[in-house]
Amino acid sequence: MIDVQNITKRYGHHTAIDRVTFSVAKGEVLAFLGPNGAGKTTTMRILTCFMPATEGRARVAGFDCTDQPLDVKRQIGYLPETPPVYQELTVTEYLTFVGRLRGMTGQTLTAALDHTIGRLELGSVRHRLIGNLSRGYRQRVGLAQALLHDPPVLILDEPTVGLDPKQIIEIRELIKSLAGSHSVILSTHILPEATAVCQRVVIINKGRIVAEDTPEQLSARLRQSEKVSITLKTVPPDCELKLRSIPGILNVLPGQGGGNFLLECELGRDLRDEIARLVVSSHWGLLELRTISMTLEDVFLQLTRHEDHLVEPAEAMVSASAERTDT
Amino acid sequence: MSPVQAIIAKELRGYFVSPIVYVVGAVFLLIFGLLSYLYVGFAGAQAIQLMQMQGGVAQINLNDLVFRNLFASVRIVLLIILPILTMRLFAEERKLRTFEFLLTSPIRIHDIIIGKFVSVLLIYLGLLGLTVLVPTVLMLFSDFDWNPIWTGYLGMTLLGALFLSVGVFASALTENQIVAAFVGFGTLLSMWLIAGLGSLLGDTTAGRVISYVSYMEHYDRLVRGLIDTSDLVYFGSGLVLMLFLTHRIVESTRWK
Repeated sequence: MIDVQNITKRYGHHTAIDRVTFSVAKGEVLAFLGPNGAGKTTTMRILTCFMPATEGRARVAGFDCTDQPLDVKRQIGYLPETPPVYQELTVTEYLTFVGRLRGMTGQTLTAALDHTIGRLELGSVRHRLIGNLSRGYRQRVGLAQALLHDPPVLILDEPTVGLDPKQIIEIRELIKSLAGSHSVILSTHILPEATAVCQRVVIINKGRIVAEDTPEQLSARLRQSEKVSITLKTVPPDCELKLRSIPGILNVLPGQGGGNFLLECELGRDLRDEIARLVVSSHWGLLELRTISMTLEDVFLQLTRHEDHLVEPAEAMVSASAERTDT
Repeated sequence: MSPVQAIIAKELRGYFVSPIVYVVGAVFLLIFGLLSYLYVGFAGAQAIQLMQMQGGVAQINLNDLVFRNLFASVRIVLLIILPILTMRLFAEERKLRTFEFLLTSPIRIHDIIIGKFVSVLLIYLGLLGLTVLVPTVLMLFSDFDWNPIWTGYLGMTLLGALFLSVGVFASALTENQIVAAFVGFGTLLSMWLIAGLGSLLGDTTAGRVISYVSYMEHYDRLVRGLIDTSDLVYFGSGLVLMLFLTHRIVESTRWK
């Protein structure tokens, strides 16, 4: 659906994005992940024909963004960073205006309006002025604007900014429900969002794509070792040494709190059985044993901060992986 | 409803929701009424003077004494208030970040510009329509020729449309509405004053060109009751030029 080949955008001497290449299949949800100023918005603006690329080609649904901008625009629903709403209009008036700009009339427009308002739960505010709505509602009105004409391609620039946690979950569910029938690109710097809703992640930093894969494979690829966390009831002085003596264990690091250790094992080896056997036979009292998988956050930090070595991998692993564990 | 009509409807709604139209409209009608009253008053005073000198009832020409002066003075009012009407058109879109939305909608840039221009033109024509009350009321008390009044209204329509197109252009330049209004006002005032430069240079090529660029002589002829094709061409081409420049400015924001 979306095919981007080597696009570069320069503002004077500053290169905002540099030879970016990626594609999105029909029905796929792709996350565009990167720190602020990485070039996410610039890429989206090129795809939506707001601005042309300095070099390279971008195609949406078979239409070229430079040569056939009107055709491209018809295929796209776009939510910019700031929801593009007119404060002096009511929600219904605004969405009617949007529909008419997109050439919708009569029954089609009314049906689309009701459907979208229902989908985004805007029914209770549909006759209120947008200027009087809260940030979260405005964001949803912005999203309604992008969804109104049921476009095959959706480009959402940080769609959950300004929403409360409940709304964030609702919007993510909504985006997930669009997968399959719509191609979606969403930009975010909230990592769990990318893991939660996207099939594929493109990580962009300083205008360049630094990684592109599924969230699972990205973390697998960057993981240099398997990690197991254990918690012991009693900690005899020689236990660290004994743990190290298990074949395949590369390193033993003290974890958080007393009795907790982080064991680095050789890649591809599951040593949980051996570790458990040793602990039990030594009567140290096994309270907890679990493998730690690398979260997308760790991947992201590793990739985007690679040059400055800001994060000690092991530390980052312990602190960042609390929420995503499997036993 | 076509996209252009949708934009016109949305802009009109925007104007009537904000206080701009009410304030500008009230000020314009107040000043128009005040000027009419003053010129009628002066004409009355002149008539009394004539009566005293000549005796009997003097015939005064309302077309010359009231309407020509009134229409000439209206220029200054339009010069000040029309940039205020147009200042929000593009500047506000930029400020509120809705500009990106408009430019990524499947409509052409000239549709956006025409929609916005027509909406403000309609408001101006509405205000102008209300001022027809002045000659209508005067008709009850006096006799005058309606033809120069219609050409005067044609002149005000064309002049207003030109001013509005300059205002639309100024609004496209910036995201600050005050700056837009001021740029519009400055441009229009300069176009007025270069008429003086043109007459200083006299009947040279430069003088003729400069005089032609200023709207003064074109408008004056219409107010005097003369419809000259060259004047119509002047207003028409000026308007198209300004809207074309607006198109270039809007287009260029995409490249920045």
